[in-house]
Amino acid sequence: MSKLLAVSSGPHIHSGRTVRSIMGDVLIALAPVVVASVLLFGLRALILYVVCVGVCVACEWVTQKLFHKPISVSDLSAAVTGVILACNLPVNIPLWMAAIGCIVAIFFTKQLFGGIGSNIANPAIVGRIVLMISFPSAMSNFILPNFAPDGMASATVLPQIIGGSEEAVMPGMLQMFFGIRTGCAGETCIFAILLGFAYLVYKRVIHLETPIAFVATYLLFSLMVGNPFANGRIFYELMGGGLLFGAVFMVTDYPTTPGTRLGRVIFGFGCGLITFLIRFYGSLPEGVSFGILLMNMLTPLINRLVLDKPFGWAKPEKKEGKA
Amino acid sequence: MKKKWQILTNGIIKENPTLVLLLGMCPTLAITTGVISALGMGLATTFVLVGSNTVISLLRKFVQKTVRIPAYIVVIAGFVTMVEMLMKSYLPSLYGALGIYLPLIVVNCIILGRAELFASQNTVGDSALDGLGMGAGFTLALCLIAAVREFFGTGCIAEIAITEEWMPGMTFFILPAGGFFTLGMIIAIVRYITEKRNRDPQKNCREREEEFCESCPNRAICQNEKEG
Repeated sequence: MSKLLAVSSGPHIHSGRTVRSIMGDVLIALAPVVVASVLLFGLRALILYVVCVGVCVACEWVTQKLFHKPISVSDLSAAVTGVILACNLPVNIPLWMAAIGCIVAIFFTKQLFGGIGSNIANPAIVGRIVLMISFPSAMSNFILPNFAPDGMASATVLPQIIGGSEEAVMPGMLQMFFGIRTGCAGETCIFAILLGFAYLVYKRVIHLETPIAFVATYLLFSLMVGNPFANGRIFYELMGGGLLFGAVFMVTDYPTTPGTRLGRVIFGFGCGLITFLIRFYGSLPEGVSFGILLMNMLTPLINRLVLDKPFGWAKPEKKEGKA
Repeated sequence: MKKKWQILTNGIIKENPTLVLLLGMCPTLAITTGVISALGMGLATTFVLVGSNTVISLLRKFVQKTVRIPAYIVVIAGFVTMVEMLMKSYLPSLYGALGIYLPLIVVNCIILGRAELFASQNTVGDSALDGLGMGAGFTLALCLIAAVREFFGTGCIAEIAITEEWMPGMTFFILPAGGFFTLGMIIAIVRYITEKRNRDPQKNCREREEEFCESCPNRAICQNEKEG
């Protein structure tokens, strides 16, 4: 009774969502991606997922013990980071390298900045980028998936299609859609990614603005260069590389993306633009992770630029000059 | 004698120019990719520091206050030119490795900082000792950062292979990003150790602040402002 009558400041209504339930939903959305990659790349992919999740969770637990913080392993966020990082690695990467990526992600990117909600960049992306610039050869050593037709090039799709080399046998559109191409573990099967996307949208876990702004910006810029439909280039660009995986699972991370709708559109625009610039004019084949990381860094600035109006806020009336 | 010893060790631990005062970040980040070039840089800077501190201390009564900075720069540049010429003729490979960062010692803020804060107010002997201590602190810090970066980056320390054969180095540590990362981590560890050693629950905040002010190089300026 006294609780009912006591006057307290807002917020008064709790949606009932917890970190654990949101992260659980993300894990469910990632399930099709995991299943698809195990089907495509075999048992080795499963081992990679197990190792990444294991190291991430263990690292979080050890760090929190060491820093005398409450143990929050059960909120599943470390497990999500582990799965997303594993999705971003080539399947046959040495496992100790994957473990280094996990430690970079959890210890250096997340826990040193204060744990969940306080990290300034997406842990999985930092893990991937540190691995990418540290072990460039291991990080671009892709294997052919199961069901691959004979003579399919084991090189990645993107540099070939953007660089315009004609010799390689390109996977067909349907093969691209179901992920029968070389690439990182989780990024190839577009069908599975879209399933996860549908689930996240249905559960209202992610905001739609960022992924849409991201992909739309990228396509818009790409349409302006050369002939985008020659050899179906634009479709390969959309489905090759990590564009869609990034758009669904990585630009929708709460702490590292802006808190307002307009801010998220700006965020997605920046990601798309940087991805486009790196893919077309940079020296690296893929720019999704760098684009997202750079925009993560700009997120506090975007948050300051675009402020939501407080409820009930009115523009202060101009004082009328009195004669 | 104890005071002399304090002046010497001040630069190595309490006011380490790189890890505590955060001066001279440009050479720190740029040349710490290998222990050998870090050691060369540290020793060259130490030589310039001792020389310029001595000469500036000798000149402290003659130089007009308004033109002191240009005068200091001329003295420092003279010593840097000496180092450059000597290194070019006797250590050409190190000269090549340090590149543009060798002449840039002229604008290293540790040297100008010590000239302004110490040499221009103290006797010749003290100033030379201060230069030696600061130079040693700088050299040690550079070597520490370089050892970490070189070990993780290439698997060697001072070009002697340690884990190179079993494990490829992480290029990340050789790149500038790794430089910032290593510097930040080492500063954090040094802070943690010094905080832990100095933590005394009996002391109140006020006392702690005074103790902190004691070691602050900007103390004179700060106190002037407080009083005036």
